[in-house]
Amino acid sequence: MGWDRNQMAARAAEELEDGMYVNLGIGIPTLVANYVGDKDITLQSENGMLGMGPFPFEGEEDPDLINAGKQTITELARTSYFDSATSFGMIRGGKIAAAILGAMEVAENGDLANWMIPGKLVKGMGGAMDLVAGVGRVVVVMDHTNKHGDSKVLRECTLPLTGKGVVDRIITNLGVLDVVEGGLRIVECADGVTEDELRAATQATIVD
Amino acid sequence: MKKVYGSASEALDGVLFDGMLIAAGGFGLCGIPELLIAAIRDAGTKDLTVASNNAGVDDFGLGLLLQTRQVKKMISSYVGENAEFMRQYLSGELELEFNPQGTLAERMRAGGCGIPGFYTKTGVGTVIAEGKDVKEFDGEEYILERGIVADLAIVKAWKADDTGNLVFRKSARNFNPPAAMCGKICVAEVEEIVPRGSLDPDHIHLPGIYVHRLIQGEHEKRIEQRTTRKREDA
Repeated sequence: MGWDRNQMAARAAEELEDGMYVNLGIGIPTLVANYVGDKDITLQSENGMLGMGPFPFEGEEDPDLINAGKQTITELARTSYFDSATSFGMIRGGKIAAAILGAMEVAENGDLANWMIPGKLVKGMGGAMDLVAGVGRVVVVMDHTNKHGDSKVLRECTLPLTGKGVVDRIITNLGVLDVVEGGLRIVECADGVTEDELRAATQATIVD
Repeated sequence: MKKVYGSASEALDGVLFDGMLIAAGGFGLCGIPELLIAAIRDAGTKDLTVASNNAGVDDFGLGLLLQTRQVKKMISSYVGENAEFMRQYLSGELELEFNPQGTLAERMRAGGCGIPGFYTKTGVGTVIAEGKDVKEFDGEEYILERGIVADLAIVKAWKADDTGNLVFRKSARNFNPPAAMCGKICVAEVEEIVPRGSLDPDHIHLPGIYVHRLIQGEHEKRIEQRTTRKREDA
C-alpha cells in the first residue's frame, strides 16, 4: 500500500518543469534526479555549483567536487562553480525555482521542522532555512508517519522550525497534499491508498 | 611586500593570540585550509572562536582543534559529522552559535565589504530570529544579521601567484572567498604558487588584495563520503 521511496521521488519529479533551476535535499529528494526524464533541469548544489552531475565512476572521485551532502559527484557540460555567498545570493534572491527537501514535521499552515530534535539530535540547519525562505516553491517529500505510526503532517509543529509558512506541497508515501487557506487539500492519493486512509493518517486539518 | 612564506607556522607567526576570532574556508572536508589548521594546533593558541560552516571530522580539519580543546566557540551551520564536537557541545564544554548557511556566508562577505549588518528573510519565525531586530520591507518581515570581521581568515585555494591572486578548483571554492574577505589578516594555503603573469587576469577568483600571506604545500584532501556508480550504469 502506498508509494515506496522511488515512487515518491518519481512523483516529486513531476513537480519540475522544463528549464527550472532546482535544489534537491538529502535522502529521498536526491533520488528525484533519477526521474526528471527529458526535462531540461539544472540542479543546484548550495556548496557552490549549478549543473550537478551523477556520482563518478569508481576511481574517478575528486575530493574537490562534492555536493551539499558531501558526496563525490561529477560536473556536466553546463556546470558553473561559485562561492557560498554567491550560491546563497541566488537562493535568497529567488532565482532557484524550487527546493525539494525532507522533513521531520510539516504543519497545516506550511510550517516546516527538519533541523533538530532538542536534547537528542543537534546537527544544524545547514542551508535549509535559507532555501525555504528564498526559493520559489517548497516541496516536502517524507514518510507520512514516523516509526511509531504517528502522523508527521500536523496541526502545529512540535519541533523547532526551519521556516514559518514556507511549504507549498507535501508528497508522502500515502499521497500529495497542498497547503491552502485553512489547512491542507488532498491533491491525490498514492497507489492503493483510499482518501479515508490518507485522512486517518493525517493529524492536520484537511479542507475540501 | 613579500607575501610568500616557507611554511604554515611561519605564515602564522605573529598573527595568533588567545581568544581570537578565526574565519575558516571549506565545506565539509572540501577546500579546508588543512595545513594552517594543523599549524594552529601546533601553536597551541587557546579560547578560539571559529566561524566555519562545519567543524571537520574527529581526526581531520577543525576537528583537530576540538580534540586539543583550543576552541571555545564555533559559529557553524552544520556539525553532524563530528562525534567529539557533539560530545563537547552537549556537555557544555563548547559554545555553538548556529547560523543558517547562507546567513553565515553573507555575514562573512558583508563583514569584508564594510557592511556591518543586513536584513534577511532566512530564519524569520524560528529560534534564529530570537533577540534580533525585525523590520518590515514591502509587507514582509526580515531579521537583522551582523557582518563578521575576523581577526584572522584561513583559506585554501588551488593556485596563486606571488601577489596573492587566487584561483579555486571546482566546489572547493565554497566558503573560501567570503572567509578571506572578512579577515583583518588572511593567510592562504595553495597547492601551487605559479609565476606572476601566468594566471589569466580574467580568471582570478579572489584578487590578491584580500590575501596577506601565502604558502604552498602538499594537501591530503580527504574525501568524506565516497560515492560512485558502476560503469554498466552509464
